[in-house]
Amino acid sequence: MNTICVVGASLAGLLTARALRSQGYGGRIVVIGEEQHRPYDRPPLSKDFLKGAIGEADLALEGEDEEPGIEWRLGVAATRLDATARRLTLSDGTSLAADGVVIATGAAARTLPGTEGLAGVHTLRTLDDARALRADLATARRLVVIGGGFIGAEVAATARELGLDVTLVESGPAPLAGVIGLTMAQALAGLHEERGVRLVRGVQVTEVTGTERADGVRLSDGTHLPADVVVAGIGAVPNIAWLGDSGLELGDGVLCDEGGGASVPGVVAVGDCAAWWDPAQGRHHRIEHWTGARQRAVVAAATLLSGGTARPEPARPAYFWSDQFDVKIQFIGHARDADTVTVEEGDPAGGSFLAVYRQGDRPVAVLGVNQVRLFTRWRRRLETAPVQAG
Amino acid sequence: MIPACPLASLPRGEALRLDVDPPIAVFHTDDGEIFAIDDTCTHQDASLADGWLEGCEVECPLHASRFDLRTGQVDAPPAKRPVRTHEVVVEDDTIYVVPSDAPPNLPPGVTLKEQA
Repeated sequence: MNTICVVGASLAGLLTARALRSQGYGGRIVVIGEEQHRPYDRPPLSKDFLKGAIGEADLALEGEDEEPGIEWRLGVAATRLDATARRLTLSDGTSLAADGVVIATGAAARTLPGTEGLAGVHTLRTLDDARALRADLATARRLVVIGGGFIGAEVAATARELGLDVTLVESGPAPLAGVIGLTMAQALAGLHEERGVRLVRGVQVTEVTGTERADGVRLSDGTHLPADVVVAGIGAVPNIAWLGDSGLELGDGVLCDEGGGASVPGVVAVGDCAAWWDPAQGRHHRIEHWTGARQRAVVAAATLLSGGTARPEPARPAYFWSDQFDVKIQFIGHARDADTVTVEEGDPAGGSFLAVYRQGDRPVAVLGVNQVRLFTRWRRRLETAPVQAG
Repeated sequence: MIPACPLASLPRGEALRLDVDPPIAVFHTDDGEIFAIDDTCTHQDASLADGWLEGCEVECPLHASRFDLRTGQVDAPPAKRPVRTHEVVVEDDTIYVVPSDAPPNLPPGVTLKEQA
């Protein structure tokens, strides 16, 4: 291979480019990024960056040393791929032929229908989103967050720390219930309420009110919550629309084998846009966690360089973290596989505990809340003996 | 030199945090070597003594960047700066740390107590 083109200049794209180099590839690497920015770390956007505790320079993923031999094409989107010819068309009208293509275009925040053009309504995915939200929160008094996933719960916590009046609207029974299970999600809901976040559960949002600027949120039970700023944290959709006529198989993401190889040779996909085959579950699915992108970048690079003959190591169970207020939440595994969950250290009411999820006798997931040291030991245990349902 | 602990009280595979400013982590590897580095991850405020020791590397307990205990170098984001290393001396069955003169690479928002 002489030229490999990486489409997407965030974590997955950068780490795949690095892995190509560390695995011995000496040819040309071109990284195309739609955003103007060099690769940056997204998790702090809803936490320390939004709070103002760290600045933009702190978000850089690259060190002071330049990446070896990477050509950056930033501020340019890929608009089309002919997968068989491995030819990319770019938004500046140019095209680029490559011997290998890495698709790492990530995912975009889902937006609330009907709020287009309404000021004061935000999603949070990019640095530009975070800048805009930070500026808007600086003069706001009341925030309504729609959606109790990671982004929603973290933004709610950060805004509360900034002194705003915060209401979090969750259509399910408790924030994060989908990922950590209902029992533990109920325990963590208390953490928000104790720190002054108003939780509204089990209701839908029917409308964001206001004419030019949002002034509130109307709920399915008729309640109207006044707001100066509204944040929608309602999930993300993979950025694959540009691949519609590429010849690649698409589903909820670019469909890939268990090594990240797409349906056409010489093309791999990694990160939030990629749905890798999971042999344990017998289906393709996307993994939107940071650590998933990091682990899979190495595998995808090996798949591309070997022409698909590299044998990937079995996937490690998903690990993720979330910082909310002074609480470090860590989780590994899959709560949905568990029959039981038991608190094995500390007390949920005390704000520091560790819970183990089991299927029969076998641990399948662990939740740590301000239990960093003990959680690390459990994580090691689950990672070295991977759970079967990956 | 700072006395850390008796050699016998730090078994292989274990780590110790010294509450100096900034804190120092002392590791006893499975191969029997002893290393000392700054305890705070260079990315965010996390104690590396709580991390995952494997060979001559420790993985940060929060975000899993790995630091080489011999050189302080980091393997992958989110951390991007090396962690400061310190010399270790074992004398009379006691572990001592000779603190480095180099400036520490503390994460954003973490400062030395004397400057706080």
